[in-house]
Amino acid sequence: MKIMVPVKRVLDYNVKPRVKADGSGVDLANAKMSLNPFDEIAVEEAVRLKEQGIASEVLVVSVGQAKAQDVLRTALAMGADRAILVQCDTEVEPLAIAKILQVIADDEAPGLILLGKQAIDDDSNQVGQMLAALLGRPQGTFASKLVVEGDHVLVTREVDGGLETLRLSLPAIVTTDLRLNEPRYASLPGIMKAKSKPLATKTPADYGVDVTPRLTTLKVSEPAVRGAGIRVADVAGLVVKLRELGVA
Amino acid sequence: MAQILVWADHDGAVLKDATRNAVTAAAQLGAVHVLVAGSGVAGVAQAAAMISGVAKVLVADDAAYAHGLAENVAPLILGLMADHDAFVAPATTTGKNIAPRVAALLDVAQISEILSVEGPKRFTRPIYAGNAIATVESSDAKLVITVRGTAFAKAGDAGSAQIETIGTTGDRGQSSFIGAEVATSERPELTSARVVVSGGRALKDAPTFEQVLFPLADRLGAAVGASRAAVDAGYAPNDCQVGQTGKIVAPEVYIAVGISGAIQHLAGMKDSKIIVAINKDEEAPIFQIADIALVADLFEAVPALTASL
Repeated sequence: MKIMVPVKRVLDYNVKPRVKADGSGVDLANAKMSLNPFDEIAVEEAVRLKEQGIASEVLVVSVGQAKAQDVLRTALAMGADRAILVQCDTEVEPLAIAKILQVIADDEAPGLILLGKQAIDDDSNQVGQMLAALLGRPQGTFASKLVVEGDHVLVTREVDGGLETLRLSLPAIVTTDLRLNEPRYASLPGIMKAKSKPLATKTPADYGVDVTPRLTTLKVSEPAVRGAGIRVADVAGLVVKLRELGVA
Repeated sequence: MAQILVWADHDGAVLKDATRNAVTAAAQLGAVHVLVAGSGVAGVAQAAAMISGVAKVLVADDAAYAHGLAENVAPLILGLMADHDAFVAPATTTGKNIAPRVAALLDVAQISEILSVEGPKRFTRPIYAGNAIATVESSDAKLVITVRGTAFAKAGDAGSAQIETIGTTGDRGQSSFIGAEVATSERPELTSARVVVSGGRALKDAPTFEQVLFPLADRLGAAVGASRAAVDAGYAPNDCQVGQTGKIVAPEVYIAVGISGAIQHLAGMKDSKIIVAINKDEEAPIFQIADIALVADLFEAVPALTASL
C-alpha cells in the first residue's frame, strides 16, 4: 500500500508572528520556516507504517513556493521515499490544494492519505476533509491512534467529549492530531540520503487546477492587546479579589 | 432574505451550547434554519425550536446520522443547500469535521472560525493562533462558515420555531462508529463554564493534578482545563486541553495554575473576562496578560485558596 502525505511549509511554531505595518499580512521575510508540526506527525506515522511493513512507499507532496522543497527534503530525511512539489508562487487556498491533491491521488492511487489536521499559519483545518469529499472517500479527522487492518483502518479521534473510534474503508483520508506520535529527528545518514531521493516539480496547470482565490484578504491586523493587571501579595489578597468579582 | 442553514451540535440527547453561538452569528446573515441530524433526536429538535431567532428546525432522523459521520451527513446538507445561501456550523470537533466536506462538495471556500460578521460576505477570523486577525471577503455564491463560539453571545430560549421532518440520504457504507470514551463529569462543560480552573506542567503528575485542582474547581463550580504540556504528559485527558489546537474558552474567570503561558495556550483563553494566574516564576509570560497575579508555590497557594473560599 502506498501512503501519500501532503505537507506545508509554514512559519516555525517558535517564531512569534509579526503583522506587517501596512496590514497586508504577516511578515515572513527572513523568518525561520519549517514543516507544519501536524504534517510532521503525519510523515512520522507514514514512515512507521512503512517500517512495520504495512506501507510499501511513502510519497510526500507540497503545494507552495520553490522553497517548499526544504520541507519535502525534511520529510524525505525522516524516511519518505519520493516527493512532488507543485510550485506556485501565490498563496493557494485549501480548496484548490485539495483539487490538486485529488488529481495526484487519482494518478498515484494511495491506499491511505495522511495529513496534518491544520496548518499553524492560516489555521483553516480544511484540506483533509475537502480532499476526502472530492475523492468520495471516508475521513478520520483529528486522529490520536490509527490501526490498519486489512481493507479498513480504525481511527481514534480526539473529539470535544473525549475520544471516539471509527472504522473506515480504505482508501481513506486521516488527519493527525498532536498525540498520534512523537516525530523523530532526521538522522545524518537520513539527511544525506534525502538529497538523492526523487523530487519532481510540477505546476497547478499540469493538473488542470485553477488556483484563483475565492477569498480576498482585505486586511490583517493585530489582535486587541491585553495588558497586565495587578499583583496580589498572598492567598488572602487573592481571596479578597475573587470575592470582589463575585466568584467566591 | 437570505436563508441560513445552521448545524445543530448535539450528542444524540442534548443540544450543545455552541449551537446557540452559531445561531447568533447566522442571524446576522439571514433567516435561520437549524438542521438536527441524528437518530432519535426529537428532544434535541424541541430544544433547537426554542432557541431565540430560529425560524425553522429541520429534522433528519436516521441511524446513519447517529454519530455525525461526515460521509453520511455531508450529502444530506448538500441537498439542503439548494435552498440555502449559507451553511453555518459551530467550530466544535463535529462542525470542523463536517463543514469542509460540505464546502468541497459545493465547490466553495470555507471561512473557518469567524469572530465577527462585517458584511453579507465579509468576516474576521483568527490566523497564526490568534496572533493576527484577518478580514476576508468571499466571492462564492454560497457560504460555508464555522463559528468560534466565544466570539458570539449565546442565543436565548424565547423561540418557538416550527419543526419539519425531512427526507434522509442513507448510509454511504464507508464508515462506521465503533465506540467512544466519553469523559463523564459532574462539572460544567469546559467551553461554556462560567469559571475554569486550568493546570499546567507544574502539577507534576495525574494524581497531583487531581488532588490540587479538583477541590478548587469543585468549590468554585468550575470546569477543569489543562495546558498542552499537561495533556501531553498524561496529567489530564485530551478533551481538557485549552489552546490553539484544543478548546477555545472565554469564561468569566480563568484561573491558570502552574501554566507558563505559551502562545499556543494563550490563543485558547485570552478572551476570558478575568484571568487569574498562580505561578512561582514571576517571569512567566502568563503574568503579562493576567488581571490578577499571584507569585507563589502552587502546592501551598492552591490548597490554601480552596480552604479560604
